[in-house]
Amino acid sequence: MVMAADERGTPVGRRVFLGLLGLGAVGVAAGATVQGWLERTVGPIVGRDPTGLGALLPIGRFRFYTVTGGFPDRSRADYRLRVYGLVDQPLDLSFEELTKMPRTALTRDFQCVTGWRVTDVPWAGVRLRDVLDAASPRAEARAVRFVSFDGAYTESLTMRQARRDDVLVAYELEGERLSSDHGGPARLYVAPMYGYKSLKWLSEIELTADVVPGFWEERGYDVDGWVGRSNGRSDEAT
Amino acid sequence: MAVTSAPSPLRPSDPPIERFDRTERVVHWLTASLFVTLMLTGAALYAGPISTVVGRRDVVRTIHVAAGLALPVPLLIGFAGRWGAALRRDLRRLDRWIPDDRVWLRRRTRDTARLGKFNPGQKLNATFLGAAILLMLGTGSIMKWFEPFPLSWRTGATFVHDWVALGVWLAVGGHVLFALRDPDALSSMLRGKISARWARTRRPRWYEEETGMPAERLKSRR
Repeated sequence: MVMAADERGTPVGRRVFLGLLGLGAVGVAAGATVQGWLERTVGPIVGRDPTGLGALLPIGRFRFYTVTGGFPDRSRADYRLRVYGLVDQPLDLSFEELTKMPRTALTRDFQCVTGWRVTDVPWAGVRLRDVLDAASPRAEARAVRFVSFDGAYTESLTMRQARRDDVLVAYELEGERLSSDHGGPARLYVAPMYGYKSLKWLSEIELTADVVPGFWEERGYDVDGWVGRSNGRSDEAT
Repeated sequence: MAVTSAPSPLRPSDPPIERFDRTERVVHWLTASLFVTLMLTGAALYAGPISTVVGRRDVVRTIHVAAGLALPVPLLIGFAGRWGAALRRDLRRLDRWIPDDRVWLRRRTRDTARLGKFNPGQKLNATFLGAAILLMLGTGSIMKWFEPFPLSWRTGATFVHDWVALGVWLAVGGHVLFALRDPDALSSMLRGKISARWARTRRPRWYEEETGMPAERLKSRR
């Protein structure tokens, strides 16, 4: 077959094509560094961008994950938090009762195991330790299991992890009541661990003898989800 | 009559010219369907407000991964056999740039360019989207099956996946807008043929090659 004029030109296409693949490979190798830099420098600007267009850029933004259909929605008036299991004093708290417990504020980074990180997120709520103590745990309670009212999401911590200062039952984010897409009315916030440990739409706290792996742990994530020391990742601690 | 000495008259009765054969059209629409599926499920996985409305992350992710793995298949099958001659030939055209492509890229001289079958915008779009298929497949695979890879690769892959996705939205969005503004071209991707008039005025070099007849001479060219 005779080649047409436009089949005999300079092979610019393949050069651009290979160049793009090379850039992609560099991006995979160096992306962690670049992304970290972007989150620190551009992230705060995008976070304050009043047009909302910045939200289209993959920087410094929460990504909303659910494990079920849609986002569970429960009003603060209907919200209940049950604490039961190996306790002497089972609790059934309303949202109002929860907010009357001592309030603790905490500003820490939020790091997802998939790579994104939101810096300096102000959280507020009740220390999980205070909730547990109100239920008078028995000596044989060595672990805590959490259940979401979405009907699928569960999580767990050892008693030692659960009693840390930086583990909250959070009901405020960035100075506002926690919205449903962020896991409201109340969620867990485990500051030193990857985001999947911070169960959303918290409705039950069960004290157990042993750790029961949760939803994401059954799908391969580490039970002890320390930021930078689990899941094969080396992020800076939160 | 010397056919090269004057603009040849428009001949409305000229038969339409085949622009894309059946293989190319099938490959195009299968790939397009997969791209749209990936863009929509990707948006649902990535963008907060859409995730909020759609939910079902497990299901959306399964669809996204399946569509991603299927994405190169129509093209590969299209290239593979006897049925792929036109597709392979067009790939070569998309690869090769002629001097007139550079003339076209300069807005001032655009009208004087005598283009082959594809304009440089189409060439760049095809090159980028072709590379994007491999980039998204590679980085998506690292994101999904991350265990054998070094620690930082998963974040790096997410980083590349995010930014290339932004590029894919722009490229596909632009491609669709240009198609909607040119109904003849759009219809040729559905039915295969395009009017001789379109070919003669928009892609003169290709018209001459297909018909063996000269396209009309362009105003500003001697």
